Amino acid sequence: MGHQTESLDTEKIWGGGESPFGISYGKMMMWFFLISDALTFSGFLVSYGFFRHRFSDIWPVAENVFTHFPFMHGHHPLLYVALMTFILIMSSVTMVLAVEAGHRMKRKSVILWLGLTIIGGLIFVGSQAWEWYHFIHGTAEGALQMADGSIAHMFGDFTLALSDGTSIAAAEAGEYFGHSHIGHHHAHIVGITGEASVHLPQALRAMGNGLALGSEEVQQFILTGDAAKEAIMSGNIIQGANLEMNEYGVPLFADFFFFITGFHGTHVFSGVVINFVIFVNVIMNTYEKRGHYEMVEKVGLYWHFVDLVWVFVFTFFYLV
Amino acid sequence: MSNHSDSAYEFAVHHGEEEGKKVRKRIWLIFWVLLGITTVEVTLGLIWKSLSANPDAIWGMVKWTFIILTLFKAFYIVFDYMHLGHERRNLKWTILAPYIIFVLYLTFICLNEALAIRDFDFMWWNS
Repeated sequence: MGHQTESLDTEKIWGGGESPFGISYGKMMMWFFLISDALTFSGFLVSYGFFRHRFSDIWPVAENVFTHFPFMHGHHPLLYVALMTFILIMSSVTMVLAVEAGHRMKRKSVILWLGLTIIGGLIFVGSQAWEWYHFIHGTAEGALQMADGSIAHMFGDFTLALSDGTSIAAAEAGEYFGHSHIGHHHAHIVGITGEASVHLPQALRAMGNGLALGSEEVQQFILTGDAAKEAIMSGNIIQGANLEMNEYGVPLFADFFFFITGFHGTHVFSGVVINFVIFVNVIMNTYEKRGHYEMVEKVGLYWHFVDLVWVFVFTFFYLV
Repeated sequence: MSNHSDSAYEFAVHHGEEEGKKVRKRIWLIFWVLLGITTVEVTLGLIWKSLSANPDAIWGMVKWTFIILTLFKAFYIVFDYMHLGHERRNLKWTILAPYIIFVLYLTFICLNEALAIRDFDFMWWNS
């Protein structure tokens, strides 16, 4: 690691016949690629931040969206994504150990650590697929979507009749339970019996739903009686999330989730493929013959970058 | 053209067993740092609401704690695992300057504008 104490003469290093940055062409190009790729991710995350602040009053809290954990029932916010983060950090460690083994020309160690890196990457991509599956399918009971796309909360003692012939009954305690097998489509509400209340998101001040509301009701965001029934009838029951609707909140949240984690997942997958190509080369003695394992170092740079992006996605999507 | 080959630079970074031990020790040390920071982040994410009677009041502080911890993690990954800390100063700045100058500015201006637009729409609806 240490070849650093040389003093640099600017005129000499930029005068030609030198690598001014003191690194090989291949590594420099990998760095330049990563600079541009990181700007793409910065653009994604900044635009996420823009819309999140613009709709800060109705943006869903990620903690309430991603609460599943394999083989465990109940509410487990953050745990699964923490596990995914751990897997990716771990595979970053095995990658840097592969690079280190390459510096010692230890082919067998490189095979071991690079192989573990590939396995870690595959587990991560699989975990992401699992999380997408749960996000797309949504909760069993679905949610009430208003005409402007926002999600409202219903409570009370009532029964909804849906256009698909099924019905949803609310428990007295407040939370309503569905049976529903809408199957990630939306269903119209064709009838409502009983007493219902609706808690509207603040964005409904916009009156984008065509509801005739008194100013008092709008101030409190809670509708009761006939106003509540009218509001509920104007909405749809939706389940799960896709690019157009999202039972957990504004559809934009789902759009950003699919784009950002999807773009990152594509990077992880490409990384696994590239790592595998290099892995085969290591096994075939390519780098022993070449006399150095610099290729492992170059794919290592890419792999750490993928980990780095996840560190930011983890913070800005799940924590903050 | 000079007869200088660029293999004199990075291809020659082979090191022996002694040096390798030191390098590996540092790799694992940084692994524990990254794992520790992540554990702190997740724990804070799970308990921050119970840290204060008025969670809204401390959210700003919690949020900045998350961001600073994230930057720490990013620093260790880039400077050690990606080896940037050991590269020449001119390469470091070529890579880092776009972010320090451009992305921070973009973040600032976009978030600021988003809040301004939100407040404007809010006034417009209620007028």
